[in-house]
Amino acid sequence: MQLILESLFNGVAIGSVLLIAALGLAIVFGLMGVINLAHGELMMLGAYSTYITQLIFKLPILMPFYNAYVIVAIAVAFLVSGVVGILLERSVIRRLYGNPLETLLATWGVSLILQQFVRSVPLAYGAGLIIALLLGLLLPIVLSKEFISNRYDRFIKLGSWSIATLIGVLTASGLSSSISKIGRASARNVDVTAPSWMRGGIDLWGITFPVTRLVIIVITLISVLSVTWFLNRSVWGIRIRAVTQNRSMSDCLGISTETVDILTFGIGSGLAGVAGVAVSLLGSVGPNVGGSYIVGCFMVVVLGGVGNLIGTVIASFSIGILTDLIGAGRLLTIWPDMPGPLASTVDFFATTSMARVLIFALIVIFLQFRPAGLFPQKGRMVEA
Amino acid sequence: MTLLETHNINTYYGESHILRDIDLSVQHGEMVCLIGRNGVGKTTFLKSLIGLLEPRSGDIYLEGNSLNRMQPHQRARAGIGYVPQGREIIPYLTVEENLLLGMEALKGGLTAHRKIDSFIFDIFPVLRKFLARKGGDLSGGQQQQLAIARALLGSPKLLLLDEPTEGIQPNIVQDIESAVRRIINEKGIGVLLVEQHLHFVRQADRYYAMQRGGIVATGRTSDLSQVVVDKFLSV
Ligand SMILES: Nc1ncnc2c1ncn2[C@@H]1O[C@H](COP(=O)(O)OP(=O)(O)OP(=O)(O)O)[C@@H](O)[C@H]1O
Ligand SMILES: [Mg+2]
Repeated sequence: MQLILESLFNGVAIGSVLLIAALGLAIVFGLMGVINLAHGELMMLGAYSTYITQLIFKLPILMPFYNAYVIVAIAVAFLVSGVVGILLERSVIRRLYGNPLETLLATWGVSLILQQFVRSVPLAYGAGLIIALLLGLLLPIVLSKEFISNRYDRFIKLGSWSIATLIGVLTASGLSSSISKIGRASARNVDVTAPSWMRGGIDLWGITFPVTRLVIIVITLISVLSVTWFLNRSVWGIRIRAVTQNRSMSDCLGISTETVDILTFGIGSGLAGVAGVAVSLLGSVGPNVGGSYIVGCFMVVVLGGVGNLIGTVIASFSIGILTDLIGAGRLLTIWPDMPGPLASTVDFFATTSMARVLIFALIVIFLQFRPAGLFPQKGRMVEA
Repeated sequence: MTLLETHNINTYYGESHILRDIDLSVQHGEMVCLIGRNGVGKTTFLKSLIGLLEPRSGDIYLEGNSLNRMQPHQRARAGIGYVPQGREIIPYLTVEENLLLGMEALKGGLTAHRKIDSFIFDIFPVLRKFLARKGGDLSGGQQQQLAIARALLGSPKLLLLDEPTEGIQPNIVQDIESAVRRIINEKGIGVLLVEQHLHFVRQADRYYAMQRGGIVATGRTSDLSQVVVDKFLSV
C-alpha cells in the first residue's frame, strides 16, 4: 500500500511537469495549428533561468532572500521563455503560417540552434541578450502609451533599443565578472540546489513525501488554475478562444489577431519556462534536457485532446504514473513473487527510455480504438 | 457625405477574375440591395469590403476615408459591421460571449465595454433566453439573429448583410426583416444587403444587379420590374 502511494506520488510529480509543458504546447497548437518542436528547448531555457537566478541570489546582497529564489525563478523563467517564444513566432513561424511541415522542420532547426546556443555562449551573455530583448520589446509599448502621439514612434523605438542594448551589455559583463561559473561557455550539465526548506521530506502515514515534489505539484496547480481562469474569464481569454475557433470572423469583429497570436505564443512558451523550473528541481540541467520531456508532452496532447483541460490533466498524470511504475521497476517491488517470465519482461522495461518506448506503443494501440483521444469533442458543432 | 463608395473594384481568386470594375455607393440611413444569381460574386464583393479579400485594384471609401490598406479588424473599428453568409458564430463560445465580442469594434474594445445593450434583446428576445448556451448549439435562425445582434453591438455605420434569410423559416424571416428595418430607422445606419427573397429586396431603397462579377443594372427598388426580378433573383 505504502509503495503504491509512493509510486503514485512520484508519478504525479513527473506528470505535473508534463502537464504544465503540454498545456503550453496545446494552447499554441490550438490557436495556430503550429506544432512547436522547440518547446522542449523553451523548457530548457526555463531550467537554465532557474540556475542563473539561483546563482544571482547567492550574491552577498541577495543572500538574505535566498530561500525565496524559486518564486522569483518562476517569474524569470516565464518571461525568458515567453520572450524567446514570441521572437520565434515573429521571426520564423509567422512566415510559415499554413505550412505545417515546413513549420515542423523550422522549429526543429530552432531547437538545435537553442541547444548549441547554451553550449557555446556563456550563460551570462545569454542572460544579457535576453534582458536586452525584453527591454527592447517592452519599452516602446510602455513609452508610446505615455506619449500617445505617433510622431516620435521611430525615435522611441530607436532610443529604447539603444538603452536596452546598453543595459544588456552591462548585465552580461556584470554577471560574468561577479559569478565566474557562468562567465565561460560550458556544455556540461549543471545542478540547481534547492533552498534548505525544500530539502528533506514530510512524513505522513509512514511515507516520506519529498518537499521538492510537493512544491512542483503546487506550482502545477497554480499554473493550471491561473491558465484556466485566464482563458475562461479574462477579456484576453475570450479573444484567444474566439481566434482559436474562427480566425477570420474574429478579425472581422475587430480583434487584432496578430496581437492575440503574440500573446498566446508568449503564454504558451512561458508555460514551458515554468515547466523548466520544475525540471531543474527534479534533476540536473543540460542542453538536452528538453528533448527528454518533449515526447511525453506530445503524447499528453495527443492522448488528452487539444483544448481539453480535463483530458490533458488525466493524460499527463497517467503517463507520469506509468513512467514511474514501469521505468523505476516498481511493479516488481509491489508484487515481488511475480511469475518468472513476466518478471523478466518487467525488468526488461525498467529503464527510463524503455519505459518511454512501452508507453508510446501503448498509446498508439489506444489510439487505434479511440482516434480522437480520451475525450472526443461532442456536440452540434463537430458534425458541421 | 457618402457613407460607402467603391471605385472600380477588381477582385481575383488566384488567376480567376471574379469582380469586374464594381462601382457602388450607400448613403447614411439608406438600405441598398445587391442581387444576382448564385455564384456571380456577391459574397466576394462583401468580403472585399470588410477586407477578407484584397482587391487587385480599386478604391473603397468609408465616409471619405480610404480603407484600402486596412485589415478586417481595422475596418470593423472604422465602422463596418459584417454578418457573413453562413453566420460564422464562434461555436464553443456562449451566446453572451459572442455578443460581447461584437463590442470589440467599439473604441477601447471589450476592455472598456462589458455591458450588453439591452436594445438587442428588444429586437431579438430569443437571445436573452439562450445567453448561457453555446453559440454552436443554436438553430440556424437563432444563429442568424445572434450574428446580426453581434454586428449591431459594435455600433457600425454600415451593416453588411449576406443572405440573412438563407435557409430560414418564413416567420423568422419576417422577424429579421422588421428588425433590419427598425435598426435603419432608429440608428440611421446604412445597410448593404445581399438577398434572394423578393419581399425583403423590396424593402430596400435602391438595388444593384450583378451578373458575372459586374454591375449590369441599378435603380430604385420601387422601379424594379418583373423582367429584372426574373433575371436576377433565383426564385
Ligand atoms: N475560395 C474560393 N476560391 C476560388 N474560387 C472561389 C472561392 N470562393 C468563391 N469562388 C468562386 O467565385 C465566384 C463567386 O462566388 P461568390 O461566393 O462571391 O458568389 P455569390 O454571388 O455569393 O453566390 P451565392 O449566391 O451562392 O452565395 C464563384 O464562381 C465561386 O465559384
Ligand atoms: Mg454568397
